[in-house]
Amino acid sequence: MVLPTTIIIIAIVIIPVIWNFVLAFQQTDFTSIAENGLANPFTLDNFVGVLTDPGFWSSLWTTIVYSVFSTAGSIAVGLVAALAFRQPFRGRGLARSLMLLPYVAPVVAVTFVWQIMLNAQFGIVNTLGKAWFGWEHPIDFLGKAPYALITVIVFEIWRYFPFAFLFITARLVALPRDVEEAALVDGVTPWQNFRQIVFPQLLPVISLLSVLRLIMTFNKFDDVYLLTGGGAGTEVAAVRVYDTLVGSFDIGGAAANAFVLSAILSVFLFIYVKFFANKGDDE
Amino acid sequence: MSRIVVQKRTFGALRWILIAVLVIATVFPFYYMVELSLVPIEQVLLHPERLWIPIQNFTLKTYAEVLKPQEDGGQGFAGFMLNSGIVAIATAAITLLIAIPGSYAVSRLKFFGRRQVSALFLAVYLFPVIIIAIPLFVGFSALGIRESLFGLTIVYIAQTIPVSIHMLRSYLKSIPESVEEAAMVDGAGRLRILWKITVPLAMPSIISTGLYVFMIAWNEFLFALLFLAADRNLWTVSLGLSQLSNGIEVSKTVLMAGSVLLTIPIIVLYGLTERSLTEGLTSGADKG
Repeated sequence: MVLPTTIIIIAIVIIPVIWNFVLAFQQTDFTSIAENGLANPFTLDNFVGVLTDPGFWSSLWTTIVYSVFSTAGSIAVGLVAALAFRQPFRGRGLARSLMLLPYVAPVVAVTFVWQIMLNAQFGIVNTLGKAWFGWEHPIDFLGKAPYALITVIVFEIWRYFPFAFLFITARLVALPRDVEEAALVDGVTPWQNFRQIVFPQLLPVISLLSVLRLIMTFNKFDDVYLLTGGGAGTEVAAVRVYDTLVGSFDIGGAAANAFVLSAILSVFLFIYVKFFANKGDDE
Repeated sequence: MSRIVVQKRTFGALRWILIAVLVIATVFPFYYMVELSLVPIEQVLLHPERLWIPIQNFTLKTYAEVLKPQEDGGQGFAGFMLNSGIVAIATAAITLLIAIPGSYAVSRLKFFGRRQVSALFLAVYLFPVIIIAIPLFVGFSALGIRESLFGLTIVYIAQTIPVSIHMLRSYLKSIPESVEEAAMVDGAGRLRILWKITVPLAMPSIISTGLYVFMIAWNEFLFALLFLAADRNLWTVSLGLSQLSNGIEVSKTVLMAGSVLLTIPIIVLYGLTERSLTEGLTSGADKG
């Protein structure tokens, strides 16, 4: 009964991953693949090319900055949101559903709205910035070096804090109440209650979220590509691979780049599993 | 005692400010999207600061223009929506057909390599999509199915099966096996049990999984871009919107109407499935 699943996963995922590995060691373009299939001569040139290109290292650094800040930010906002929504209030259900909109909405639609909101000519952010805060010139949020990366990170936090919110809320609901009630009777302050009782119990889900979000953001293509096209210091690794493939038709180079990317990711994962994995989350 | 009171008051007030800020931050972009989709671009250029539009300036021409086929001077979004719809429905239907027996097997049968299979499915989830994109781009070009909705659907199925199995499996686990055992005593085979007993019992979860898969396929962008960018007749809504928004020919408010049309089906489906969806996604997380 798992046969159809296994077949399609092998055909569309496993074989491509292996093939990517092969391609990374070949000097290929579309014509040589059409003529020789997999039988092109093997070479290490692609890896040498990737690793000696300063563009690769700067894109790796950008990816790391982008992933770490987006992950930390979205979890922090998600945590604060989950705590703010912990006690029931009128309209909580509706507000909660609205909170998940950025996460479920189509990425192309929300990136487009952000582009228009941040537009230098008629975007609402620059218009209000000029009117309320006296900005002299409109800020080019998506086209200028330090701003663009910050904007992309803020966007990422906006889009993914609902994910953290969802998971942390699920955990909060399941927390046993009696410990907290006993502590309240003993006169702990709300801050102590959070710091000493609630937060430690949330740590496993927060660490799980950190890993999931780090991996997903590290691999992210859509958001950055759609917002900035990878320009103005926002060329993350996945966008770089895409540009190598589609922009310069360098299949071998793109494959080698993607391979190095997943190797780095695997190292991170390995370190995490080895040293930080919590024994509690053996789901 | 006074520290407790002070903290309670501060946190109490902060909480309301936070809730207000969060709700505005999440909802405003969507409000802005709808607002700009209902006016001609000249109005926006004239009054960029306006947060609401006087009723006499409302227009639905933007929607008419974005939907009409290109030959009639429109942008052809009706056609894009049809493409997206075909791909998303086919993906959801076929994924379910494959994932239902798959998740049943993973949750019920004890076969050799079961744990490896589950681990494999999980690994798929964590792999950089871009790494499989390159060989698929090359391979599908060689097979001649790259520029087709069919090729796109196959990729979507492979991408959504792991998460479908994850969602279905946790629901199937909650159905007591004794129901099935009783049927087995009566002489029913595995497939018959699956079809006659388990599937009807799991229907709520199957429906929400199907809708979730539909949403993923409807929203997807990278493979649509890689496979279909060259042929406008095959564009999905996401691809169409992103391709047209790069240019300057089409007015931004017309495209805003396009992005409302792209978003509405998702909001509707999300509204229908919210509860089961959030439960399915976070299953396991509440155990810590």
